[in-house]
Amino acid sequence: MAHKKYILGVFDDEDVVLHAVSDVREKGVNIHEVYSPFPIHGLDHALGYKRARMGVPAFLFGITGTSLAFLLTFWTLGWDWPMNIGGKNFIPFPTNIPIVFELTVLLASYGMAFTFFGMEKLSPVSKPIIFDERITDDKFVMAIEVSKNSVSEEDITGFLKSTGATEVNIKEI
Amino acid sequence: MQVVSPIREHLVTGGKTYHDVTEDISRQVEGPVTKEWKVVFTVALLVLAYGGYWVYQTWWYGLGNWGLNKTVGWAWDITNFVWWVGIGHAGTLISAILLLFRQKWRTSINRAAEAMTIFAVLCAGSFIFFHMGRPWLAYWALPLPNTFGSLWVNFNSPLVWDVFAISTYLSVSLLFWYIGLIPDLATIRDRASGIRKTIYGALAMGWTGGARAWARYEDVSLILAGLSTPLVLSVHTIVSFDFATSVIPGWHTTIFPPYFVAGAIFSGFAMVQNLMLITRVVYKLEDYITIEHIGLMNKVITLTGSIVGVAYITEFFIAAYSGVQYESYAFINRATGPLWWSYAAMMTCNVLSPQIFWFKKLRENIVVSFVIAVVVNIGMWFERFVIIVTSLHRDYLPSSWTYFTPRMGDIGDYLFTFGFFFVCFLLFAKFLPVINMAEVKAVLKSSSEKTDKK
Repeated sequence: MAHKKYILGVFDDEDVVLHAVSDVREKGVNIHEVYSPFPIHGLDHALGYKRARMGVPAFLFGITGTSLAFLLTFWTLGWDWPMNIGGKNFIPFPTNIPIVFELTVLLASYGMAFTFFGMEKLSPVSKPIIFDERITDDKFVMAIEVSKNSVSEEDITGFLKSTGATEVNIKEI
Repeated sequence: MQVVSPIREHLVTGGKTYHDVTEDISRQVEGPVTKEWKVVFTVALLVLAYGGYWVYQTWWYGLGNWGLNKTVGWAWDITNFVWWVGIGHAGTLISAILLLFRQKWRTSINRAAEAMTIFAVLCAGSFIFFHMGRPWLAYWALPLPNTFGSLWVNFNSPLVWDVFAISTYLSVSLLFWYIGLIPDLATIRDRASGIRKTIYGALAMGWTGGARAWARYEDVSLILAGLSTPLVLSVHTIVSFDFATSVIPGWHTTIFPPYFVAGAIFSGFAMVQNLMLITRVVYKLEDYITIEHIGLMNKVITLTGSIVGVAYITEFFIAAYSGVQYESYAFINRATGPLWWSYAAMMTCNVLSPQIFWFKKLRENIVVSFVIAVVVNIGMWFERFVIIVTSLHRDYLPSSWTYFTPRMGDIGDYLFTFGFFFVCFLLFAKFLPVINMAEVKAVLKSSSEKTDKK
């Protein structure tokens, strides 16, 4: 695999990096990604990402759970082996609600979580690209891929420094 | 843009920087095992082993090892089950409901509370197996086809609802806890080397902290909180249905669901209070778990304790007002019958004792907080004992009236879960970060002591 060259702007403060993202993008620089030790509110917006919509998989898996639970309870006690329990209906809608609710929550949670793991390629065997080991401690790193930008390396370094980066490093991966 | 509230106390004291947070919390994971930890862990293992012996007795020789008799068919087993499930409500409550309410003080205590929840629910689950008598047929509680031995399960039964509710609650709590751990595991991975780096790296699943990942992560956390909130409320509601859907006077009560949920939050917060007060001293986390946190926990304890108190009084009133003599007798027998002492213990520990927290001085006193939290957990155990045993021991036929005395089997099985709980909690406290570093860092700017000085 060909080596990719990244310019890394290291910041100390989340508000500085948030403003730096807007400034750098205004200069026409394409940012690869911004890494931080904790979520920074408004950063995804500043980077121009679409709003995260994890509610969609949650809803779809949830509705699957609801349907499966209804299918399970209705089919077993309604068709497969109808049992007379206290003279009640074979398909007693209200008493099935706890099961339906629990299975909805179970499938919605796990479905959404595994969709998230899949989208972010999170798995015990994944080999992450770690630009700087201090990202998970106290540094905020803006990574810019050189080959994807028409702006020269020196200019990018200058932009980063002027917006408050405490260090600018080059890393080839 | 961070908003600093002028009236709120600081949630992180001591002028910590982001790096300080990482150092302070990671230290206990990275450092060698301390002598105190070894001593406490050994004690917990011994308790577990002794309890394990009694579990063996229970399973090998049967439930005759317990003090049950033909009138009282449910006693310590279900008391302990409900007690542990109740304790297991605080963690997800703190992380889910307080997240929805945007309570920033949850950040220092949510991780340990969630871990505690998982272990408490496992302890509760073990009582389901203990009380089955034939635990090798436990799978009959699952909806398996008739060829597996039994008929399809009865979906009208609250015991089947319980199977679904408890297992869903355990699974979702585990997921919520683990997702919260991922960024912190990555922090430890990036500081470690050698085999530790491989293990924590696998656990961190390749987390890098990119903005896109964080945005989705926050969305996932919020939706999980939204899903967990009704889940927490549903679990103890369904546990209360085990009693409320029966026709036993003293159990057949519509107030049970909210009353049980309030009681669960009450006992859960008390247990979190106990564990956090110990952790804070042992790991020197006074700057993260501050007097403010302790005071806020005590406020929740007082509120839920009072709700439980109102429920006790309402039950009594309704029993009298209903005019049903069986119902009235069940309650008069509870308070004045042969088991009056358990009723008195419940009332004193649960309703009266937390009321001292109306005084700020006592609310913010560490020793008082610890003692009251222990007292509350004793009281909540007695609440379940009162509900279960006093409603059963004098049934419809006076010739079968009896008394309940626990035998060593009851006590031993209870000790087993204590051993299990503390072994798990100690392992958690040693090998995983006890405070959510990422979330504490996120509130550091708006809620730490340093901000004001700037």
